[in-house]
Amino acid sequence: MNAEFDYMLQRAARGLMSRREFVGRASALGVSAVMANALLSSAVNAQAVKGGVIKAGVSGGESTNSLDPAVAASPAPFMVNMLWGEMLVIVNEKGEVDPRIAEEISSNADATEWKFKIRSGVEFHDGKTVTAEDVVATLKRHTDEKAQSGALGIVQGISEMSSSGDMVTLKLASANADLPFLLADYHLQIQPGGGYDNPAAGIGAGPYKVVSFEPGVRAVFERHANYFDQSIGHADGAEILVINDNTARTAALQSGQVHMINRVDPKIVELLKGVPGVSIERAAGRGHYVFIMHCDTAPFDNNDLRMALKYAINRQEMVDKILGGFGSVGNDFPINAAYPYFDASIPQREFDLAKAAEHYKASGHDGSPIVLRTAPGAFPGAVEAAQLFQQSAAQAGIPLEVKVEPDDGYWSDVWNVQPFCASYWGGRPVQDQMYSTAYASTADWNDTRFKNARFDELLVAARGELDGEKRKSMYSEMANLVRDEGGLICPMFNEFVEARRGEVGGWFVDPNHELMNGRALAKCWLTA
Amino acid sequence: MHPVLKLVAQRLALGLLLLFAVSLLIFLGTEALPGDVAQAILGQSATPEALANMREAMGLNQPAHVRYFQWLGGILTGDFGTALTNGQDIGQAIGQRLGNTLFLAGCAAAISVPLAILLGLVAARYQGRWPDKVISGVTLSTISLPEFVAAYFVIFLLTQVFPIFQPVAMVFPGMGFWDRLHAVALPVIVLVLVVLAHMMRMTRAAILNVMQSAYIETAELKGLSPMQVIWRHALPNAVAPIVSVVVLNLAYLVVGVVVVEVVFGYNALGQYLVDHVAKRDLPVVQAVGLIFAAVYIGLNILADVIAIVANPRLRHPK
Amino acid sequence: MRMPLSAIIGLVLTGGFLFCAVFAQFIAPHPVDAVLGGVWEPPSATFWLGTDTIGRDILSRMIYGGQITIFVALAASCLSFGLGSFLGFLAAVRGGWVDQALSRTVDLVMAIPSLIVALVVLSVLPINLTVLILVMGLLDSTRVFRLSRAVAMDIVVMDYVEAAKLRGEGQSWIIFREILPNALSPLVAEFGLRFIFAVLFISTLSFLGLGIQPPLADWGGMVKENKDGLIYGKAAALMPALAIALLAISVNLVADWILSRTTSLKGGRGG
Repeated sequence: MNAEFDYMLQRAARGLMSRREFVGRASALGVSAVMANALLSSAVNAQAVKGGVIKAGVSGGESTNSLDPAVAASPAPFMVNMLWGEMLVIVNEKGEVDPRIAEEISSNADATEWKFKIRSGVEFHDGKTVTAEDVVATLKRHTDEKAQSGALGIVQGISEMSSSGDMVTLKLASANADLPFLLADYHLQIQPGGGYDNPAAGIGAGPYKVVSFEPGVRAVFERHANYFDQSIGHADGAEILVINDNTARTAALQSGQVHMINRVDPKIVELLKGVPGVSIERAAGRGHYVFIMHCDTAPFDNNDLRMALKYAINRQEMVDKILGGFGSVGNDFPINAAYPYFDASIPQREFDLAKAAEHYKASGHDGSPIVLRTAPGAFPGAVEAAQLFQQSAAQAGIPLEVKVEPDDGYWSDVWNVQPFCASYWGGRPVQDQMYSTAYASTADWNDTRFKNARFDELLVAARGELDGEKRKSMYSEMANLVRDEGGLICPMFNEFVEARRGEVGGWFVDPNHELMNGRALAKCWLTA
Repeated sequence: MHPVLKLVAQRLALGLLLLFAVSLLIFLGTEALPGDVAQAILGQSATPEALANMREAMGLNQPAHVRYFQWLGGILTGDFGTALTNGQDIGQAIGQRLGNTLFLAGCAAAISVPLAILLGLVAARYQGRWPDKVISGVTLSTISLPEFVAAYFVIFLLTQVFPIFQPVAMVFPGMGFWDRLHAVALPVIVLVLVVLAHMMRMTRAAILNVMQSAYIETAELKGLSPMQVIWRHALPNAVAPIVSVVVLNLAYLVVGVVVVEVVFGYNALGQYLVDHVAKRDLPVVQAVGLIFAAVYIGLNILADVIAIVANPRLRHPK
Repeated sequence: MRMPLSAIIGLVLTGGFLFCAVFAQFIAPHPVDAVLGGVWEPPSATFWLGTDTIGRDILSRMIYGGQITIFVALAASCLSFGLGSFLGFLAAVRGGWVDQALSRTVDLVMAIPSLIVALVVLSVLPINLTVLILVMGLLDSTRVFRLSRAVAMDIVVMDYVEAAKLRGEGQSWIIFREILPNALSPLVAEFGLRFIFAVLFISTLSFLGLGIQPPLADWGGMVKENKDGLIYGKAAALMPALAIALLAISVNLVADWILSRTTSLKGGRGG
């Protein structure tokens, strides 16, 4: 192995070169991708520096947040929970299921019964050992309506949960080949006794213990010394600071008050790039910026009106102006090429004013302004995006009225409450989970109130379908249903645009969710 | 009874009465807001039974006057109730954040009040000459800038161009005094800029007003230097208007700094209030509103008392 | 009395702002909401002050923004002055329980911070220009009430008012013929200050997302739209900020000048 490779390896391990770039350059030197990845992993762990307090500045927290993982919805509680909590499984950066509390996973031939072997010796922060009973109790709590869990739609599909010894057995009402992916949902942090006593205690089996938590302000953590996986959790302490103001968040990163931030406004990426000691991290994921209409509320209960609005949005302009080019155009269904079984042959919906006007006329709408609610925090550039939408819709004779709501309270009072608003979805690892979470008729987070019997039927059928070709065609039909009848206007898939300081090592691209699937503070370290 | 004491007692009684009336106004005002609280909490998917249960649990079925006295009684015994949104104890949350509010206001006042009075004196001493013009011009510009503009400008200047301070000004329990001071430096600078001009201009005007009196001429004829005249004779007689404007600005520093808190992420009462206004968390809005009103009324009583005490005619009754 | 230079500058600038506001439709080179250029383009021959966060002409948006800012602030100030000064004079002339009732009510309202009242009210009411003007005007009228009552109190004890009372003139005569002309000068100066306050207040509301709704924007809203570029030296947010400051300064200069001509009544200004 020559010196150049060694140099690159060191650079990549210290986070100065992306994993993808490293693998690419390594292959140019005749090193296989598998080999390069393996070498990098060991180099990374050898590089890891222990100690220090690593801090993230995060947009998307309110003083009304709680540590109860069931009700987490905005970015700050998500990341807080990902640090103190541990789940049965997690989806890794390559889109595969990684075992965490579950050590081994197996299912019967038709994917209706699943067995999870619980890893021995995993410890909660209160010193108790994680048992199969804790796992079952946790899943049970999320089935309770009172828990208001964001994962209700997932656990509802489990008809029977039982534990014996170190084995958890889950029986499903209908087959689901994707169950392990579903159980990687971030609401399903395993809690002692299922969290029935005090759901917001913040005690879990994750890499960091909660020291203090002030909702909407800050969460302070210390390392969980007995964490089962010594390859992560490098810093002695971690902090998540809620900094909702974009300017203050960026300034905090530049001045070193925090080491990493989420949601860098694409407009300032070029400007931030020029700042010494700061690097921009991009991850093309499954996240999408959307405008959502409630299909059951006038005037959006009229499909012609929905189609009119779908044709009246200029997707390319949105990608260029709102994402600054950091993303790709959407096609009014929540799936893109990052998902398995994606059907690339579905035609792209174009910006078509004539068709928009035609559908608008057919809808018989009275011409009164249609109120579109948005907020700066709905997604970066959401206010401007709404204004671009208003502009293009006006050209088709559709009157939109943009109403800017305050950031605080947007996710509790506007999203999933008001009939037409800007929103954001982080995406899910598999199509089934995305559709189950937000498009099944009974899903709690069905934020478009899309209720379609054929769609629900296909969703269940595809879940148990082991033939890949058939499954793909089912997902294709579902995509078309959402695209042509649903309440989703999906102009763009965004990339996670984040930034970190130079002293942060161990960063890699994880397309699953913000800040390395919420675990950047545990997986990165501070070089001196 | 000494007439000063009597006046002070009167003002105190009047203040308490006013506070009571304000509590009634706040309660009725928030009650009168359109929309149903239970509906606001449960959201669109609420079933009629769930709504009824929620109303029952919150005591919304009782008549308004019963609820008012329950609320007032709770507050008098230190029980502010719990937030509807996340079940936190309001008294506890407010306690910590009120401390932060007062710390920020105190720091800003400690700098701005002496500085404003000093600048006012200098401007009055050199009335119409260049120090007066410079001071007046500079303070006129700072008063003309919206707070958030000043805030971003200060962030740009003092965290990026000259990296001296931190842009995010959160403070936490257990933080040392100096750490706290360092953390709040930027919001303090912005607030000083905002309140300085008003107090300085009033000081200058009040001094100049007094300077026209006959006894000042006498003092000048005695051969005292202009600064001595201002310090010994004009200032004591201009105390009342100066105190009233100082108090007005102190009240502003406590109750009116929402924007500065939002920009710098400072975890004090204003931001807490804004968060809960958006979610229509009425118990929190009522509690914080009442605290702000109490601060305002208390400071005004203080101003009146100082004016009474400072008034020679009242201090030395014939 | 010769007009001081500062007053002339103030008058000219204030006049300029008013002119731009009134004739915005004719002066602005581009439509207010048209996306014409790239993001944050520097000033050029086409866009004299550059473009904003989604490529709209800043100069045009500022001219239209000035129209909205000045209109709302002016309307709110007029409302607060009409209401506040009338009630203030009434309280001074009538005295007794009318004075007590009005004064205590005003004490009551002033005890609750106006920004908070505005936040609560605007979070439940539909936000449009009428509501904004009403909310700002009503809240501000309490301060005008205090001032005009204090000024009128000084005037009520004057000989000519006593004489009018002895003549048997009615209260409306006393208010409009005796007090108003003599109180006009400090009130006009205060009007200037209240107007500035209204400009800053509407900017603050827009900054918090509760003011003017897009795509229209007042100057405060424009600062908010463009603020992210500020710490990288993109001047787009500075232009509207400077406009706010310049308007405030020029009105202040005029107000100072008017006030300096009526020093005898200065004591009546109570914040």
